[in-house]
Amino acid sequence: MSDEIKRGLQSPFRRKLLMGMAALPAITMLPRPSFADVPATSAINTTGLAVTDTEVTCGILHSATGTMAISETGSIEAEKLAIAQINEAGGILGRKIKFIQEDGASDWPTFAEKAKKLLVNDKVAAIMGCWTSASRKAVLPVVEQYNGMLYYPTFYEGLEQSKNVIYTGQEATQQILAGLNWIAKEKGAKSFFFIGSDYIWPRTSNKIARKHVENVLKGKVVGEEYYPLGNTQFNSVINKIKLTKPDVIFTDVVGGSNVAFYKQLKAAGIDLSKQALLTISVTEDEIDGIGGENIAGAYACMKYFESLDNPNNKAFVPAFQKMWGAKTVIGDVTQAAYLGPWLWKLTAEKAGSFDVDKIAAASPGVEFKGAPEGYVRIHENHHLWSKTRVGKAKLDGQFELIYETADLVEPDPFPKGYQ
Amino acid sequence: MFGDYSIGDLGSIFVMQGFAGLILFSVYVLMALGLAIIFGQMGVINMAHGEFMILGAYVTWMTSNFFQAYLPGLFAGYFFLAMILAFLASGALGMLVEWVLIRHLYKRPLDTLLATWGLSLILQQAFRSVFGAREVGVELPQWMLGSLHVTDSIEVPINGVFVMCLTFLITLCVAYVMYKSRWGRQVRAVVQNRIMAGAVGINTEKVDRYTFGLGCGIAGIAGSAFTMIGSTGPTSGQLYIVDTFLVVVFGGAASLVGTIASAFSISQTQSTLEFFMSGSMAKVLTLLAVVGILMLRPQGLFALKVRK
Repeated sequence: MSDEIKRGLQSPFRRKLLMGMAALPAITMLPRPSFADVPATSAINTTGLAVTDTEVTCGILHSATGTMAISETGSIEAEKLAIAQINEAGGILGRKIKFIQEDGASDWPTFAEKAKKLLVNDKVAAIMGCWTSASRKAVLPVVEQYNGMLYYPTFYEGLEQSKNVIYTGQEATQQILAGLNWIAKEKGAKSFFFIGSDYIWPRTSNKIARKHVENVLKGKVVGEEYYPLGNTQFNSVINKIKLTKPDVIFTDVVGGSNVAFYKQLKAAGIDLSKQALLTISVTEDEIDGIGGENIAGAYACMKYFESLDNPNNKAFVPAFQKMWGAKTVIGDVTQAAYLGPWLWKLTAEKAGSFDVDKIAAASPGVEFKGAPEGYVRIHENHHLWSKTRVGKAKLDGQFELIYETADLVEPDPFPKGYQ
Repeated sequence: MFGDYSIGDLGSIFVMQGFAGLILFSVYVLMALGLAIIFGQMGVINMAHGEFMILGAYVTWMTSNFFQAYLPGLFAGYFFLAMILAFLASGALGMLVEWVLIRHLYKRPLDTLLATWGLSLILQQAFRSVFGAREVGVELPQWMLGSLHVTDSIEVPINGVFVMCLTFLITLCVAYVMYKSRWGRQVRAVVQNRIMAGAVGINTEKVDRYTFGLGCGIAGIAGSAFTMIGSTGPTSGQLYIVDTFLVVVFGGAASLVGTIASAFSISQTQSTLEFFMSGSMAKVLTLLAVVGILMLRPQGLFALKVRK
């Protein structure tokens, strides 16, 4: 765009006229083989987003530095892969995706600030981002105020729903209930010991799990323990586990604590091939740090494992490792992050527009048949219908799929009877 | 809560719980020894202590990878070499840091807090750039895994015993160096009166540099040992820093005995409370007790008697 036109844009009256003129060359002059399919920019972008005749800009907002970089690196990688693949296949509505990456630096106010920068200065059409609930809660008011679109990848505690967010991970009931049902049936489990890190996600998840164990499975919770984030000493709670001899240890310990917990569990002589342990916080990413030999035999309840045997995943895993290194592992959240750009593409094409209101309205019912986890569909509540799976950790750090629900599980962010 | 359990069960839990406390005690002492030297003897508030530990952990990880790739036959013994290398690496980095940064700040002890905090951020990002943001898993030789079967219900973790022996050994070495050797006397002389020490012919700059290096080196060994019980990632050092300062300050900064006594009392309180209540509550109560005692005795448990 020339300087003259830029100046012209400052007048709202002339803007419409000039936008129309700017779109003209795209239709009439550019030697574009598929120009007939490419809709005019003015038609698909009525709210001033960063969409040109050839490009659409989205933001990637994760922590590349700080404590959370451990977890968020995988999400960044997955989103970049998805964007590269979409561009290779022709982009969205004839436009290549250009991304602007911002670093939330594991600091929640920074997340909010960067989200505002992406929406206000860069006018991105969508943001792929956030990881912890704390960062999402910081960004939520910003995307709602400036009417942005956020694709959020992490499994989380639920109790939230927004027009401006698509949750590509599982909310708590989707992740937990099927796994508990399975272990109660398979192992005849009646007594459960809960141990988690002390913040909102484990506490909410355990609350839901406790209601389910007590009211539905008619079992008993023999212990519920929380440790501060970053705690590295678990010998006392391991002794308590030994004393109470639960049928199942149910854990949602996160971060560096995870490593300490499994190493000490093993050192204390608790053999996970005999003692059932169900975790909702360990993916292939975490096993890298824990070491396969320390966690082999444990069950994890997720929606995706790198070892899943389906054609989509067979294409996804090599593509990911080709881009990011043959040794890179892919965890549940990494896969969910990969869904974000694809769902955005499919929704924009369904809506025939990048306008956030139209994307939000068109989202329910959008299906992605190429998801590595299998088929997913967006629910009216902006969460995904997806299957729940249980995997058993192996020595090499991968999971062996043990069980999956027959049907897609409905997302239920505000579960009745569990609050 | 004990109604449903037999006497035998309770007995063995009591034994194991006591042992858990002892392991925690060793861990605390090992974390705090290096800082006790740097903070206690030199008055430098080293916020990068955790990062020196993690450097040791990464050295251990690299040694383990090297042995797996080139010397798989000797893998069972790699850990001892790894600890020595960790000591050398962290010690060397410590001496460099002292030369570049710390020696300019001896007269401004509070500024060392900011300078070393900045250093810790730099080191974290350096680890992230060099080793990647993800945590690495340090593979241990088979003999260090699992537990000793004492009776049917009493099991003692081998890595716990290992940490205890190591802590004991290093504490003895440090005590010998600080209180019996000629060099230790020089260190203490410099701490008590820098100008006089210089006047009687002690090279105070050299003493400072080696003391700082020694403290960092011990942090490196601690980090190496903690690969057995904790995580190794760019920011893992942050997990230890609060507890470390707690132990050193509570014990009385300049006293080695104080550090040990404070590690013992904090670890025993913590592990006993953890057994009767949730981990988070136990931590809160332990911290409250420490704060309370420090209000009554600001100089810590054991203080050096100095003329004011």
